[in-house]
Amino acid sequence: MKLSSSVFALLCLIFEIVSIALFLRGFFPVPVKSSFSAKSKLTDFPAEPHTGDGVNSSRAPAPLFRRVVLLLIDALRQDFVFGSDGRRFMPYTRHVLERGSSHSFTAKARPPTVTMPRIKALTTGSIPGFIDVVMNLNSPALLEDNLIWQAKSAGKRIIFYGDDTWVRLFPKHFMEHDGTTSFFVSDYTEVDNNVTRHLDGTLKRDDWDILILHYLGLDHIGHISGPHSSLIGPKLTEMDDIIKKIHSSLISKESEGTLPNLLVVCGDHGMSETGSHGGSSDAEINTPLVLISPAFRRKAGLEEPEVLEQVDLPPTLALALGLPVSQNSVGRLIPAVFEDSSLRDQLRLLQINGHQLSRLLRDSNPAFHKEDGYEQFRVAEKAHGSWMKLYMDGNTSEVLSNMGKKVLKQYLEALKAMSSALSRQLGNYDMYSMIMGMILILQVLVLLVLAMPEALSREAVVDVPLASSLLSLPFCLLCVLGSALHVLVCTSAGGPCYLCSLPWLLVFSVILFSSAFMCALGAMAMRRIPSSSKTPAKGCAWTLSELDTLLLIGTVGHTLSLASSSFIEEEHQTWYFLLNTLCLAVFQDVCRKYFREQRGRGEEMDGKYFRDPRGEEEDEDEKRASSGMSSRWEKWLALVTPLMTLACCRLLRALNHTGVQWAHLPDFGHWLNSGDHKPFLSVLSVLSLVLIFLLVQRHCSLVSKIALALGMLGVYSYRAAVGNVLFPWQHSSRTVSKGTVEARFVYVFVLGILFTGVKDLLRSQVMSSAGDSGRLKSRGLWEVYSGVVLLVALLFRAHNLPTLACCLLIQTIMAQFIWKKMHYDAAQTTIMHYWFGQAFFYFQGNSNNIGTVDISVGFVGLESYVEAPAVFLTALSTYAGPLLWACHLLCHLSSERDRAVMGLGHGSYCFALLRSIPVVFYVVLVTSLRYHLFIWSVFSPKLLYEAMHTLITTAVCLFFTFMDQERSARP
Amino acid sequence: MWDVEIRGMASAHAIIASSIFMATVMPAVLLENFSVYGTHMVWLYCVAGSVAVVNIAVFWLLGISPPTKKNTLSYKINRLSRSCLYFLLSCLFFHSVVVMYGAPLLESALETFSLAVLLSTLTTLRCLCILGPNVQAWIRVFSRDGAMSVWDTSLQITTGCSVIGAWLGAFPIPLDWDRPWQVWPISCTLGATTGFLTGLVAAPVWIHWHRKQLTYKLK
Ligand SMILES: [Zn+2]
Ligand SMILES: [Zn+2]
Repeated sequence: MKLSSSVFALLCLIFEIVSIALFLRGFFPVPVKSSFSAKSKLTDFPAEPHTGDGVNSSRAPAPLFRRVVLLLIDALRQDFVFGSDGRRFMPYTRHVLERGSSHSFTAKARPPTVTMPRIKALTTGSIPGFIDVVMNLNSPALLEDNLIWQAKSAGKRIIFYGDDTWVRLFPKHFMEHDGTTSFFVSDYTEVDNNVTRHLDGTLKRDDWDILILHYLGLDHIGHISGPHSSLIGPKLTEMDDIIKKIHSSLISKESEGTLPNLLVVCGDHGMSETGSHGGSSDAEINTPLVLISPAFRRKAGLEEPEVLEQVDLPPTLALALGLPVSQNSVGRLIPAVFEDSSLRDQLRLLQINGHQLSRLLRDSNPAFHKEDGYEQFRVAEKAHGSWMKLYMDGNTSEVLSNMGKKVLKQYLEALKAMSSALSRQLGNYDMYSMIMGMILILQVLVLLVLAMPEALSREAVVDVPLASSLLSLPFCLLCVLGSALHVLVCTSAGGPCYLCSLPWLLVFSVILFSSAFMCALGAMAMRRIPSSSKTPAKGCAWTLSELDTLLLIGTVGHTLSLASSSFIEEEHQTWYFLLNTLCLAVFQDVCRKYFREQRGRGEEMDGKYFRDPRGEEEDEDEKRASSGMSSRWEKWLALVTPLMTLACCRLLRALNHTGVQWAHLPDFGHWLNSGDHKPFLSVLSVLSLVLIFLLVQRHCSLVSKIALALGMLGVYSYRAAVGNVLFPWQHSSRTVSKGTVEARFVYVFVLGILFTGVKDLLRSQVMSSAGDSGRLKSRGLWEVYSGVVLLVALLFRAHNLPTLACCLLIQTIMAQFIWKKMHYDAAQTTIMHYWFGQAFFYFQGNSNNIGTVDISVGFVGLESYVEAPAVFLTALSTYAGPLLWACHLLCHLSSERDRAVMGLGHGSYCFALLRSIPVVFYVVLVTSLRYHLFIWSVFSPKLLYEAMHTLITTAVCLFFTFMDQERSARP
Repeated sequence: MWDVEIRGMASAHAIIASSIFMATVMPAVLLENFSVYGTHMVWLYCVAGSVAVVNIAVFWLLGISPPTKKNTLSYKINRLSRSCLYFLLSCLFFHSVVVMYGAPLLESALETFSLAVLLSTLTTLRCLCILGPNVQAWIRVFSRDGAMSVWDTSLQITTGCSVIGAWLGAFPIPLDWDRPWQVWPISCTLGATTGFLTGLVAAPVWIHWHRKQLTYKLK
């Protein structure tokens, strides 16, 4: 089967995406779920031992509290309350903690420390899987059993004010609600006033049982200016006043004869030293949990807060309110809350919690008998039985209470063991799917490497002997072997495995395909071996220049660096480093070219032939013909270009600090966004937009130019409407809006420009004269490119517009003075573009942490959340860097007349290879490091990023193939 | 002829290498609480100073430097001042390159500049000693196949090794091991010095190994 290089690369990438999807399916564990029934019921409670079979036997102990106020302060870090900040800014809370009747804990949130999964954890008690975050960016209604549902069906009246994620998660659950959107991260007063304005009225009323308040301001301050900002103090004081208000109101409502009230103050996650969250650093996972109620004993002083899991709160709250514990909760009771209840009640509550955990363990783990906790719980339940027998007999001696305490201890240990067993369960992998995915992806890489000489040849055609291998004997043998293995794996009782649950026909076709692939690989390898052994001299003639060596070392070195978690966290450093070295190498190349020229023509031509065996001289002649003045200018410009690129990169590097270790250092982006510097930001955005316009309009038609200019105006007015920048003739009277109209205005122009470009591309196909069609086609490509640029300009935050401008500037000057003049071949140019794309991915503020994905981009120009456009826009803006560089490569390669025929094929092949090498290495690495300490916090987010990047590259290759086909179809 | 030159170079390199060892050992004996990590700047300038002095002395004595045509005092002073200027320029050049690579601009400017001084000592100073302040000669030596003598080749090798050593030395910085040698710029200076020593050892060996292929054009 003969394929052109671009089609070959595209097919490889598509195949790779499918294999990665299979691998991911096996890698990310399915959340622990109980299979028993949809929701827990009160009647599911186990019978209390030795109380007879009456109705009362399965009754829960009476509730402890009448009303609960849950005050959730987003991104409340542990030291904001317990540390020095707390002492300074939260005097009332500290007083209550030290002298009042309260309990304080440090609750550990599980990564990913993002608001939505944290809310899920706080209400269901389960630990949302990592994949949940990615799959549920839109947070649809929570169907799982949860505390809110339980409270509602028990007839409790719930009021909610705060982040509207809750309203989306629990539609129709609240008697009254007012959701504030976390849309405008730059606003940190309005979001909180929106909650507080309801507070006085609600606290006076008597018609509610549960009040939930979710304050977002602190989180927004963190995102804007970090945890040490001067804004944090006043915000904490504001929160302190709210706590004081609620607490005094609850106390004043307290009356004899009714149950006491409870105030819970907690954070959903912490805040890293940069003010972001999502990862698993101590500052992000440690949150305070404060329970205040007259039911508790008064404290003598502030004790070191006990450490517990965030998921321990929901079962505690449920049982304290007399509700069933949610089905999938993996948390355990907080014993301190119940320490004043009778021993019988305490044992009973622990029994209920343990029963629920043991049932969850039984349902989710086939080998539950081997778990220590399960056995311990059975023993404790027996001991509980004998204690109850004594108790019912009316024994009140010391023996009874001692024995009771022993049972209590046994229960607590059993709960702890079961809870940790369930959490550990999240680390179970579906090895069969993972290994299959890995084998497939390895096959793709081997195929790509084997095809390298053919794919990079002048013809750019790869011959894959697929048809002949279908008839061979090894193919049949492999098929039989594969089927036998599949049956063997699926019949042997292992963990749950995805491939076994697939229909038989599908699996068989996968086996067929994979075996055919294997045979084709074998045939190709056989073809290579004799040819290489026959002509060893040919290999030696293939010398590497310094630049080639650097590109090779860089690719290999970057791939190897993925093995270290620090290098993944700081991957941007690797790319900046490589990019700088690349610029210096290019600089050295330029110097060599122009300075040797001075020393004499003959020698210079020698060097020329050495570097470029194809000897493209036309443009050399052109240069000689042109005046000496312009060539001198050209020389200096060519010399300055790499240095200018270096300077641009250094500036961009200071714009957004990412990663982990140095991310907290103040960067220019924060400075611009800090409110006081709005005029600077406005001027900078205007300059960037003008520069972007000037750079991008050169190759477009007049209509597109006008559309582009209007689009740029639209981008600025959108930013002004959202409140990021100042509008010159409009003062602060303007209210902040969503800017929907402005954004849609820009979308219209983006679509218009894209439409013009595609129209030009199509028209170029039916043109008769080759020269005209070539020009039209190149114009069409540039128009598509400028449409993408305009869209990206709209999506980028205002402080990131210089990144886009620098990107275009570097592309322009590098193309003009380096790539066109230095005679780099298509493969070298592609690798350089890939490196630049990678570096720009990090320049725009991304990192290998899910937390840095800017989800608010998905709302640009939309009134409400619509999944498809939101996901598309988010992906586009996150991968804008690599995408723009790939687009530029396409435009650049097709504008080169002489080598365009195979240039596109080589380009897309190189893209596929460059993407496959790290992906394959990383997949193998992640499989072997699956029990690493950082697997969930560092390695898995990176895996998702790699998968997403491969998907984007596939889309780019599709476009490449499309352009390449058009050309080869032409006679 | 060949063997004599190579042997001469090997001994010159041995002297330079031993001067680096002396610069590390001597202060440790003479100064109190001296350590390579703790008082890194002292170590750095010791090494830079001793390498500079030994280089100048060795090349003066051996007479490798290009013969000066005019022997007047003013010409000598002119050459000397130009050499100093080039050295300073090369320090600034290395400093700006290191800043381009991401070193903080203002915060630890002294450390960065010291690294630049060390790199200049290891590379530019040797160029000045061997080739003199003659940019055309430098360009010739550092372009492909431009070496005209054993010393030119050795210069290529040691310079390349020092720069690559400093380049490699930057790799451990992002690791979260919290070791004393990860502090900026210790790993880079250590890398540069190690690279330089490697170059000193590698140059005679490499030239000896390839003496059949090496054919220098006569000056
Ligand atoms: Zn949050
Ligand atoms: Zn946040």
